[in-house]
Amino acid sequence: MKDMDTNIPRTVPIQSATFTNEINSEIRRAAATGIYDIRGGGAKRKVPHFDDLLFLGASVSRYPLEGYRERCDTSVTLGTRFAKKPIELDIPITIAGMSFGALSGPAKEALGRGASMAGTSTTTGDGGMTPEERGHSTKLVYQYLPSRYGMNPNDLRKADAIEVVVGQGAKPGGGGMLLGQKISDRVAEMRTLPKGIDQRSACRHPDWTGPDDLEIKILELREITDWQVPIYVKVGATRPYYDTALAVKAGADVVVMDGMQGGTAATQDVFIEHVGLPTLSCIRPAVQALQDLGVHREVQLVISGGIRTGADVAKAMALGADAVAIGSAALIALGDNDPRWEAEYQKLGSTTGAYDDWHEGQCPAGITTQDPDLAARLDPVEAGRRLRNYLKVMTLEAQTIARACGHNHLHNLEPEDLCALTMEAAAMARVPLAGTDWYPGKAGF
Amino acid sequence: MQTYDVAENGLRGLNSTLQAQSKETNQTNWEVQNPKGSHAIAVGLDAPIEVTVKGSTGYYCAGMNQQATIKVEGSVGPGVAENMMSGTVVVEGDASQYAGATGHGGLLVIKGNASSRCGISMKGIDIVVHGNIGHMSAFMAQAGNLVVCGDAGDALGDSLYEAGLFVRGSVKSLGADCIEKEMRPEHLEVLKDLLERAGADAKPEEFKRYGSARQLYNFDIDNAAAY
Repeated sequence: MKDMDTNIPRTVPIQSATFTNEINSEIRRAAATGIYDIRGGGAKRKVPHFDDLLFLGASVSRYPLEGYRERCDTSVTLGTRFAKKPIELDIPITIAGMSFGALSGPAKEALGRGASMAGTSTTTGDGGMTPEERGHSTKLVYQYLPSRYGMNPNDLRKADAIEVVVGQGAKPGGGGMLLGQKISDRVAEMRTLPKGIDQRSACRHPDWTGPDDLEIKILELREITDWQVPIYVKVGATRPYYDTALAVKAGADVVVMDGMQGGTAATQDVFIEHVGLPTLSCIRPAVQALQDLGVHREVQLVISGGIRTGADVAKAMALGADAVAIGSAALIALGDNDPRWEAEYQKLGSTTGAYDDWHEGQCPAGITTQDPDLAARLDPVEAGRRLRNYLKVMTLEAQTIARACGHNHLHNLEPEDLCALTMEAAAMARVPLAGTDWYPGKAGF
Repeated sequence: MQTYDVAENGLRGLNSTLQAQSKETNQTNWEVQNPKGSHAIAVGLDAPIEVTVKGSTGYYCAGMNQQATIKVEGSVGPGVAENMMSGTVVVEGDASQYAGATGHGGLLVIKGNASSRCGISMKGIDIVVHGNIGHMSAFMAQAGNLVVCGDAGDALGDSLYEAGLFVRGSVKSLGADCIEKEMRPEHLEVLKDLLERAGADAKPEEFKRYGSARQLYNFDIDNAAAY
């Protein structure tokens, strides 16, 4: 090979913005294996998010509340429309649906413990309700999923609410999968499946299609549960205005809207990154639908997908949500992607903060696994306490912001408390660009 | 015999009354009058009672049934006996889509025909259809048995797991990973028992057995065309 003439100035090597190292590595992986990349978690790409909004705080025209003296309430009641027994929560931060199967038994127990100590609800997932999570959750939402794995009327009646899952933010229109490595004897038995197979969860319900059928399905669930408990309808964020309106029409007590940053136990990376809407963009259309139907606050709206801090909670509520749900953040609070496991993440070809091969069942933190030895690494009592602490901190943060904006209840936060840092966020959240009184789409812009 | 008039007294009263029956109840025989196509008739029952519905019903009749014997003297809408756990449901007429969907146990007998997706995602229920069934029946069926005395439509048993399928007549087409299998003596025994319990005038030897080829249980890129 001829040596380069160092006397001739050369352009520095330029990496393609289109064919990035990440893209190229995926092409090589696909070429070597012949199968798409499957992973857990939500969208990793950067999308407009709550970080693109700021609170305005008090000023001459608005006065704040004293942080250490004046009360700022955080309670929320979900399911006031039709249910005889709505769910009363101390804080407006709930734990999203995650299955036993996707998560270990200790992880589910820890979620129940932490949520209960913080005065909020947790949620089952695909695969049914385990006695452990029912026992450790003072408020438990039972997911009614297309697969109906483990579904039975006795557990249905033990639930404090039922969540009819139409879709999920990580994969709107897609079903779930639990690969063979995680189908242990107990998981197989609960799902009536052979051990070790790659289990597919259906993408749509087996016995209803469309909003008219959904209305009848909800009627049946209410008849079976004596109209006692609230019925949520969870949708992946795609057409938030119409999906919210149709859920209301079908008789939902609560609408759960899950944005694309919301996690999944396992699905195709291409699905996670390329289908669905950012969480920020779906709140105002959903609220608009509720307002147009005259049921805002009567039908509660729960927002999920990338909620991490009390600021995120406060922003979602200022945009009109009644509560939020967290999944990925709760797992991190339990110990997921903790730096203490870095050496093992490296062995698995990943690193702290990036580990997302949850479907492989080798989670060093003992959370996304069915391996008894790995699962035993997670102390459910200690992990539950960490989750409780985290939920308390988020609540305190949200209260801090609400008081600064002059509100004595988190529900009193409003869009007028916000401004946007970017044009995109201004358009999606329908709040003014910082320092202006306009946003894209507003009359006069 | 207890009677309940749905048109006169409403759905809520019907279901709450039937659901309130305990295992020790003396009121073991119920007649439901004037269902007039109502949805969610006799859902969520959990007692060894016998309920006769005098007419046709809408969606989800006998949904999530446990222990009860429910007889419909008419036809049923979509999702009859969906997610049934135990007990027996007998439909004298025809059944619409999703009959016995996701059922975990018990016996569903349809004396007429069943529409598409009969036995979809079934998880242990036994279903006997005296007539024909529509397309995509037993889709992703996990466990239990589907017996069809007539013909089956397109894509029978698509993406089947471990449910057993028995068809006496023709099968328009088999779904992905569903194949005809050898009928062994133990299968004939199962079939004989189900036919007897369902009051079906057919001989086990007249049926063919279908089941999962188990080729799609673990993802293989060479099977991609089948997905």
